[in-house]
Amino acid sequence: MKIPSGKVFRNDAYAKVTGKAKYSDDLKFFNMAHAVPVYSDYIHAENLQVDTGAAEKSAGVLKVITAADVPGSIRFGQIDQDYCMFAEKKIMCAGDVVALVVAEQRSQALSAAEKVVISADPLPVVSDPEAALSPESPIVREIENSNLMNHHKMRRGDAPQELKNCDIVLQEEFSTQFIEHAYMEPESAVCVPRQDGVMEVYGSMQHPFSTRRFVGALLGEPLSHIEVYQPPTGGGFGGKDDTAAIVCARAALAARLLNRPVKLTYTREWSIRESYKRHPYRLNYKVGIEKSGRVKAVQVRMISDGGPYLSVSPWVNWRSTAQCFGPYTVDNVHADVLCVATNNPVTGAMRGFGAPQVNFAVEQISDIAAERLGISPLEYRRINMVKQDGETVTGQVLDTHTVSMEQVMDRVAGEIAYEEKLGRCSRGTSEGDELYGVGLSISYRGSSLGAEGMDFCSSVINCQFDGSILLETGIHENGQGAESVMLMLLAEQLGVRLDRIKYKRSSTSNVPDGGTTVATRGTIMGGGAVTAAVQKLKQLMADNLYDVLQCRPEEVRFADDHVLGPDSDSKITWDEAMQHLFLKRVYPYAFGSFQAPDVSWDEETGQGDAYFTYVYSCQAVELTVNKSTGKIKLQNVVAAHDIGRAVNRAMVLGQMYGGITQGIGMALSEDLEIENGKFAHLDLNHYKIPKARELPEMTGIIVENPDPQSPSKAKGIGEPALELIAPAIANAVYNATGIRYRDMPLKVNPEDLK
Amino acid sequence: MKKLPIELTINGRAHELLVSPKETLLNVLRERFHLTGAKYGCGIGECGACTVLLDGLPVLSCQLLAVMCNGKKVVTIEGLSPQEAAAHPMQDSFVEEGAVQCGFCTPGMVISATALVEEKSEPTTEDIKVALRGNLCRCTGYENIIRAVKTGARKMKEV
Ligand code: FES
Ligand code: FES
Repeated sequence: MKIPSGKVFRNDAYAKVTGKAKYSDDLKFFNMAHAVPVYSDYIHAENLQVDTGAAEKSAGVLKVITAADVPGSIRFGQIDQDYCMFAEKKIMCAGDVVALVVAEQRSQALSAAEKVVISADPLPVVSDPEAALSPESPIVREIENSNLMNHHKMRRGDAPQELKNCDIVLQEEFSTQFIEHAYMEPESAVCVPRQDGVMEVYGSMQHPFSTRRFVGALLGEPLSHIEVYQPPTGGGFGGKDDTAAIVCARAALAARLLNRPVKLTYTREWSIRESYKRHPYRLNYKVGIEKSGRVKAVQVRMISDGGPYLSVSPWVNWRSTAQCFGPYTVDNVHADVLCVATNNPVTGAMRGFGAPQVNFAVEQISDIAAERLGISPLEYRRINMVKQDGETVTGQVLDTHTVSMEQVMDRVAGEIAYEEKLGRCSRGTSEGDELYGVGLSISYRGSSLGAEGMDFCSSVINCQFDGSILLETGIHENGQGAESVMLMLLAEQLGVRLDRIKYKRSSTSNVPDGGTTVATRGTIMGGGAVTAAVQKLKQLMADNLYDVLQCRPEEVRFADDHVLGPDSDSKITWDEAMQHLFLKRVYPYAFGSFQAPDVSWDEETGQGDAYFTYVYSCQAVELTVNKSTGKIKLQNVVAAHDIGRAVNRAMVLGQMYGGITQGIGMALSEDLEIENGKFAHLDLNHYKIPKARELPEMTGIIVENPDPQSPSKAKGIGEPALELIAPAIANAVYNATGIRYRDMPLKVNPEDLK
Repeated sequence: MKKLPIELTINGRAHELLVSPKETLLNVLRERFHLTGAKYGCGIGECGACTVLLDGLPVLSCQLLAVMCNGKKVVTIEGLSPQEAAAHPMQDSFVEEGAVQCGFCTPGMVISATALVEEKSEPTTEDIKVALRGNLCRCTGYENIIRAVKTGARKMKEV
């Protein structure tokens, strides 16, 4: 059944607007105790001693848990098993937890936490990733003999040699900062020991299956003994995986040891202190260009700060490698992407995943190059961008979907009148107090996990004999509307009314592990699984209903809430169809799974079919810079993304605006001041995410070239939206001031404008 | 610590209760009355997730001691709609305009928006941005929220 376009559909919206939606901290269980974490004042230290004596005697305290109480493994992780859930002998960073105080009431746990006495011998703090690579640097991780945690390479053609023969060689350096996810809901978990021995986990998380692995590791129990439910999650943006899972694991441990329900809810302060961040990058580019405007060779070295634990840094870095020169075709590329261990906060997954940092550099280089060549920035991009059946820097031929890079760029350039406005930019001089600039950037983004992950997902359709339908998929709702998209796809493909279908509250003990809802893979993978299940279900129904419809099985159709034969005279309602199946003792039940198309990767050369499809994006911005204050004021943003097909239009636009806003925050205001591993502040007062008043008008354009690589023809929007506004802003600031700012967040010093 | 008696009218119902002097209104609502629509997002008055109406005006319940609310009327998101069965027009508009993503900021946003429209029946975009200056949203970029407030204002006039 068709969903009227322009209408928003969300299965969870009413619960959320009326305050009825229960997030993790809203849950209460009988006899529930409360836990709080205890941190130390050390950043890097050894010989850790934790004296819990006084805290244990504090009013209402039930137990103070330390590493010594852990029955399973203290360390766990998605790639390396190195993430310390309770500090054991060493402190590695400011966010390390040394103990968990559990008390009857939260206030009691809070006051007891202050009585935990911690002592240790401080070690030198390693905080500069560049310096950490020198042989003299102290080693952060005992398990290794260098601070280099990960190194991805690309060796394509011979860039060092070719650079010598280029007409123009640009040498540019950029840096990006730590970014906090700043989801509005801090981490929270409630764990309930069930009488059958299973530990029920309710938590604010992005990935119930990953959470289950962390909980299982800490408890030392098999996965089948842990059932994870996901209540509504108050934002994730990639940030509610490891840390959120560890919060659940600690609550589960407390619940197991005390044999009663335990809630562990984070304050904003703890959330900022402990959660992993977006990796800060330093990027050094050498770009060789021919007079014709063609980029001939690129040599790049990126250094990212990994903090003390590996988390998913290699995957983040891998995307930076595979997309190391933006959406451009270059025959000679020599890239090194390094992740370095430090005692700074842990870094891990965040919306954009290693692309925003790269784009910040590459799309400024595009404008710098165009200026050097004396051609328009659009022209430079047109010359070098990936084209239909063209090759990416990884050697992948883009011939399985529509390559719409140019189409998308032209839509934005046209909408904002880029060429015309470019001529009106102030370039440092204006009559009034404001300098005006326009800027643009483009990107492409590999969909889903790509060659670095196991990419598959499943879905279960369980039709009830009364005509109602239950749907479940291995994709999780993080607030982006994933469940609604799955429901809409099912209704559409099965030709039934949307209100017949209920999304089944998911639990890790039902549907099989569908992988994490990250990498903009929700729609493509979950949608693929739903499509596969629908096909099976239709086949099953056709095989059992064709006689009723007096036709052949292959002629059975599904539309308008009916099951039909080849002509419209022979038809039965969906309800009747269910009755027929009941009488035949056939279950209208189907399990479908979707395996992402094959991808490939050569670790040595960085060549291969990195992703099975790509999303093409362009964003542009107009802004002013105040000459006396240096204040940057955004006026207007236009964005276009080719996402294959928009299933839920209003939600796509909402994701777009939300992503752009996060990108604006990164470009202009967000900065976690970290000095020698220490946070200067732990609040949203100093860490400034954008407010409504600071935002410009935004226009989102959805470009739809249905993607044959995706069973539902749709790709995703979550990450593309965020990854390219920052360089567009930097380009606009340049066009306004005539000054190139290469470090984020961009700060214009009015002195420079004099 | 000595507890103090206070009277509070919450969503139209009068209550007498004992509170400790340091207890916040947010805590009272969430922990004693199980009205969990008001959220904790920061605890320092920066995010607006805890916004409720106090004698008709939007306040940050995390910043307000319960004792200071003695004798006052509190309306939370759960009690915003005058009718049990139907949602408030502002709530409807948030749904229709796709202003809800993770939803964590939503109760606070709806409360602030309703208070604005009560005061100014046809708010401009700028009015809305000013009224929502204390409400952070990390998901939506505010676009659809602003649209929802305008639609809500129109609907509130109709009823
Ligand atoms: S919780 Fe009250 S303003 Fe953030
Ligand atoms: S909808 Fe998530 S914070 Fe606003």
